[in-house]
Amino acid sequence: MSTELTTTAGAAGARNQAIGRFLSRYGILLSFIILFVILSFAHPNFLSSGNLMNVLRQVSINGILAIGMTFVILTGGIDLSIGSVLALTGVVAGSLVTGADPYNPAIAFFAAVGVGALFGAFNGTLIARFSVPAFVVTLGMLSMARGATLLYSNGRPIPNLSPEFRWLGQGFIAGIPVPVIIFAIVFIAAWITLRYTVYGRWIYAVGGNVKSAKTSGIPTRTVIFSAYLLMGALAGLAGMILTARTTSALPQAGLGYELDAIAAVVIGGTSLTGGVGSVVYTLIGALIIGVISNGLDLMGVSSYYQQIIKGAIIVVAVLIDRSRNMNP
Amino acid sequence: MAEPASLGEGKPEQAHHVLVPPASISQTVSEKGVVNDADLLLAATSISKAFAGVPALVDGRIRLKRGSVHALCGGNGAGKSTFLNILMGLHRADAGTVMVKGKVVHYSSAAEALADGIAIITQELSPVLDMTVAENIYLGREPRRMGWFADKAKMEADAAALFARLGFDIDARVTMRSLSVAKIQLVEIAKAISRESDILIMDEPTSAIGEKEAATLFAAIRSLQDQGVGIIYVSHRLTDIFSIADSYTVFRDGRFIEAGDLVDIDRQRLISLIVGRDLRDQEARASTSTGEPMISVSGFALHGQFEDISLDLAKGEILGLYGLMGAGRSEFANALYGNAPKDAGTVKIEGKPVEIRSPSDALSNGIAIVTEDRKETGLVLTSSVSENVVLAALDQFSKLGFVDGKKVAANVDAQIARFRIRTASRDLPVQSLSGGNQQKVVLARCVETEPKILICDEPTRGIDEGAKREVYAFLSAFAAAGNSVLMISSEIPEILANADRILVFRRGRIAGELKGAAATQEALVHLAS
Repeated sequence: MSTELTTTAGAAGARNQAIGRFLSRYGILLSFIILFVILSFAHPNFLSSGNLMNVLRQVSINGILAIGMTFVILTGGIDLSIGSVLALTGVVAGSLVTGADPYNPAIAFFAAVGVGALFGAFNGTLIARFSVPAFVVTLGMLSMARGATLLYSNGRPIPNLSPEFRWLGQGFIAGIPVPVIIFAIVFIAAWITLRYTVYGRWIYAVGGNVKSAKTSGIPTRTVIFSAYLLMGALAGLAGMILTARTTSALPQAGLGYELDAIAAVVIGGTSLTGGVGSVVYTLIGALIIGVISNGLDLMGVSSYYQQIIKGAIIVVAVLIDRSRNMNP
Repeated sequence: MAEPASLGEGKPEQAHHVLVPPASISQTVSEKGVVNDADLLLAATSISKAFAGVPALVDGRIRLKRGSVHALCGGNGAGKSTFLNILMGLHRADAGTVMVKGKVVHYSSAAEALADGIAIITQELSPVLDMTVAENIYLGREPRRMGWFADKAKMEADAAALFARLGFDIDARVTMRSLSVAKIQLVEIAKAISRESDILIMDEPTSAIGEKEAATLFAAIRSLQDQGVGIIYVSHRLTDIFSIADSYTVFRDGRFIEAGDLVDIDRQRLISLIVGRDLRDQEARASTSTGEPMISVSGFALHGQFEDISLDLAKGEILGLYGLMGAGRSEFANALYGNAPKDAGTVKIEGKPVEIRSPSDALSNGIAIVTEDRKETGLVLTSSVSENVVLAALDQFSKLGFVDGKKVAANVDAQIARFRIRTASRDLPVQSLSGGNQQKVVLARCVETEPKILICDEPTRGIDEGAKREVYAFLSAFAAAGNSVLMISSEIPEILANADRILVFRRGRIAGELKGAAATQEALVHLAS
């Protein structure tokens, strides 16, 4: 009898374990699908191709930032400055493509990415070389980059952007919005990098155990530096797309964007202590945030409530993650 | 010869009666009838404790008298820590009785032991670094003003008075962070003393402090002794034991072996009691040293940690480094590997001078390391077995920065088979493996870098006997293939059985070299302490 009991308990335990494994692997995807189905029934327009494209376009900016943030958080760091850096790169790009004689949009593109990378390099140097905590460095940069933005633009929007430049935010290739295509390229490159390259292995090792990584001969400081550099460059890319989409460069753009990017990473289950996570889950995290705001917009829920709901989802996602880790 | 051999194997009860020196026997007998012996502070008998079915302590005993400094001696795994944890209420004994000041106690927490006047100074220091010395001493029992406010002035005055009484030269108003490790240790000692306990347990109190602080500490111990405090003094340093303690108890393999007064015993006899006669259970490995120099280290120093370390390691040789905790062995190994700074020192490999400034320099010169703590500095616990195995050698498995997954998989599977790593899959997280299998993953990672020289810092710490044998077999084969091993270990039988030669570290210097028949447990302990 006692044997029977143990066997049953063992089988139940094994089943629970299997369910746990399934949930930890596909739970976030499952949540997304459930959410998607609910919204499809809740509002008739949700599934229209126009609306879905709209969601994807909205998601691309946060998605690009969240991919950079995944690299940073995988190394065990954080970057709070990206909303401000995004605004700065936006006005820099905007200033190059406005007026009677605008530059080629390619120049604006490289200027935005370059300025972003420069600020990322500054963060990365202080964090990796001088061991200043990432939270502090990027919190300072959040303020400095915003100030630089206001200074550069005199606090005023930069209007009349050239149509060629605006195409980067508003155009389509084969019916797909350009920002979505850029986002897709960034996502695939990031996925391949993290999964199949030596550099990707280094990112995970540095975040998982920096001492062990160092003992294994990995240039840990360079790896940490590179994550902030990449984050900055992607913030520049996102800043350029946002400017091109909104038709004028706004110095107050990007307020709070760092929080949405972190939220996407965290909802995707990437560990804030580093070493565990994936851009695939970050993508789903970004899609969840995008779909929820879109759905709530469609249903006419006030943006005040939306903020409360979004915050609650982040906390619940991490809570589920924690309880799962505590009862393996 | 026959008589000492029976010491360890004889039944403990018999051993006790047969072996205690005559003086102690008479005492024991006279105390027997008197249950409320006013002088007897603590009496523990037949204490046993098993963890998950593995016995850590089979028969622990001690008798501590008022005003006595009683040395508790024993090697690694003798059961001292388990025994002390039971006395302090941190573990519950499976059987046996503990009597404190004449009454039987069953502590279920350290707070109960503290309330009964038993305090402990542990090896692991736990200071709150950013608080002041005074705040640390009165942590959790701060003197108050008006019921709510911590009385800082009183705290500081009391702490200053305490230091004056003990003769410690420490300012109570500075933060702990500004103190040296030795001073922090003295503060921890003062903290335990400030509880005015009549039973004080000191676990390796001198392991982190210098000669000068040790002298101060011994003076303080003597004044406590005069006040009637009973002290259980645990230390591997026999010199300390003979200079401060008056009586002793020896544990070996979880059993009480002998107790008595130190005046009746000499150092050699105490060592042989601690070591036992039957510990050399492993066949000594035949030397494969070729005599050709592999690596030559000279003048390595990091001030305050180790000084003037020079050594030569031949091809095919396993060189042992033995020493007590804090003797500077691991610090030296890390400096050699480029993982920690050094103030001076040069390295030659196969006759050519090399500069090793970082682990990647070491790896490219054919040196690999198995660090002391596989969880802290060895493995990336969040990653899989496979990722950990190839981590240090990724460039061999990649083209243009892309990892060749198939090559990795084939190679990792080969390593899993070679080291007999028990894991269901190479993709399981390495933290799901047992300690022994995790250690084999670390070894496999070292092998992947194709080293000529392997530094192993405590390569078998915390792993089971079977896995230990496999690690030894690997090291032996590795050396036999013409490579060199620097084996750091504080397990005497292990280092005796595996090393061709042994260098002994004492307080940051090489105290001597032992080889062949001269390499005995007694000689090692003698040189190291």
